[in-house]
Amino acid sequence: MNIPDNLKYTKDHEWALIEGDTATIGITEYAQSELGDVVFIELPAVGTHVSKGDAIGTIEAVKTVADVYTPLSGEVVEINEAIKDASELVNKDPYGAGWIAKVKISDASEINNLLTPEDYKELIS
Amino acid sequence: MRKENEVKKTPFYNKHVEFGAKIVPFAGFFMPVQYSGIIEEHRRVRETVGVFDVTHMGEFIVKGLSSEKFLNTITINDVSKLAIGQVQYSAMCYPDGGIVDDLLVYRFKDHYMMVVNASNLDKDFDWVNKFLFKEIPVGETTDIFGNSIMEMFFPFGQIVEIENVSDETGLLAVQGPKSFEVLQPLTDIKLDDISFYHFVEGKIAGIDMVISRTGYTGEKGFELYHKAADSEYLWDEIFKAGKPFDIQPIGLGARDTLRLEMKYCLYGNDIDKTKNPLEAGLGWITKFDKGDFIGREPLLKIKETGVARRLIAFEMVDRGIPRHGYKMFADGDEIGTVTSGTQSPSLNKGIGLGYVAKEHSKIGTELEIESRGRFLKAKIVKPPFVHSKVS
Repeated sequence: MNIPDNLKYTKDHEWALIEGDTATIGITEYAQSELGDVVFIELPAVGTHVSKGDAIGTIEAVKTVADVYTPLSGEVVEINEAIKDASELVNKDPYGAGWIAKVKISDASEINNLLTPEDYKELIS
Repeated sequence: MRKENEVKKTPFYNKHVEFGAKIVPFAGFFMPVQYSGIIEEHRRVRETVGVFDVTHMGEFIVKGLSSEKFLNTITINDVSKLAIGQVQYSAMCYPDGGIVDDLLVYRFKDHYMMVVNASNLDKDFDWVNKFLFKEIPVGETTDIFGNSIMEMFFPFGQIVEIENVSDETGLLAVQGPKSFEVLQPLTDIKLDDISFYHFVEGKIAGIDMVISRTGYTGEKGFELYHKAADSEYLWDEIFKAGKPFDIQPIGLGARDTLRLEMKYCLYGNDIDKTKNPLEAGLGWITKFDKGDFIGREPLLKIKETGVARRLIAFEMVDRGIPRHGYKMFADGDEIGTVTSGTQSPSLNKGIGLGYVAKEHSKIGTELEIESRGRFLKAKIVKPPFVHSKVS
């Protein structure tokens, strides 16, 4: 299972790529394989203020439905428009083209509470 | 009852592992839920051909002179109408008209075969055996009132024997528009001559089997009953023959989306002991004119007065996927619960089934489906969702 070294993770199977004060958020390889074929995704509105742990989106797969929780508090500054019409990107490239949203981090101290790649690897093993 | 820890493997288990299936326990078996992905597998069956391990289904052999009478008593369709080599879709009901299970009845030259749902196998076997009396009283031929003991102890007049052959029977379904082309080179039997809901006994890839023109997909295809010892070889031969057609194994996930597009009922979702065949849209297999059967009286009453609710098919108008247990509303009033729902890979929209009061069941009726706190528009449509291509 692919768990990139440069990301932080949550126990709910989201990842965050932290670059400066912005976090790009998505779901992990493990999450997409558990969900199966993603059919569509409800995304948050740009400008929404979210708190760590809030549901910022809903992923509808053929078999099941799951919420996406933001790993960090902040303001949604960008959403991945591409996955609205090409939801399969979340399955095919969960750490790349299948990213979900970008959040401007409001409380950098929360970053320390996220899981490291090693922690996450242990969680799903 | 089977315990949780006694999950069985079908004879195709190693194939599922080899083909990269995601495997889950289902109805007491480790079953493949998907291989490459539900949508791709679904399209494979609609476009060319796919192979399903359905060994988990239960098979009972029914033998004895009174088999027909016995089966006509415990099932709702008319077994006397079956020709040798024919298959019948039917159901068993409780005395109150609730459904025990839906099933297939096969008529062979000297016996019948019942094919029941895996999740109901033990329950069904107990149920059918309830109506057999195996202990013969010694000595007396009449009771103190002069009634024939034979008749009391053998309510069907003669001995009927029921044997559960599920453990030694492998079942592989080959479904899709190219299924004939895949299988024909493997057999001398002219597959085109087998009509829908008929079967022949013969060889495919040199293996003895029952070649049944049935399925749960709405596509042309066959279900192949064979000895479990031959399963792996059969799988390999079919996959070799199917290579030019991109043959693929299909998991339970796509089996569900394929059957739902046809509005085929799934026991445990759309039908169960609290539903009767008339409200489930199975009036066409409920034969009142065949004589008495278990559940006939209450069902006849319902037929005369009309059903109170109906299993309807609906499509989503708003984007959303209905799921089992979601509530259904009309004009703000709750009118029912979704029994099955999914995203239709053929239509690219949400589809579902559910029971609603008869006055809400008209085609075109607008509904709202409550999905995680939101009310999504849907409308009742005429089933099936996708045209059947079985014949």
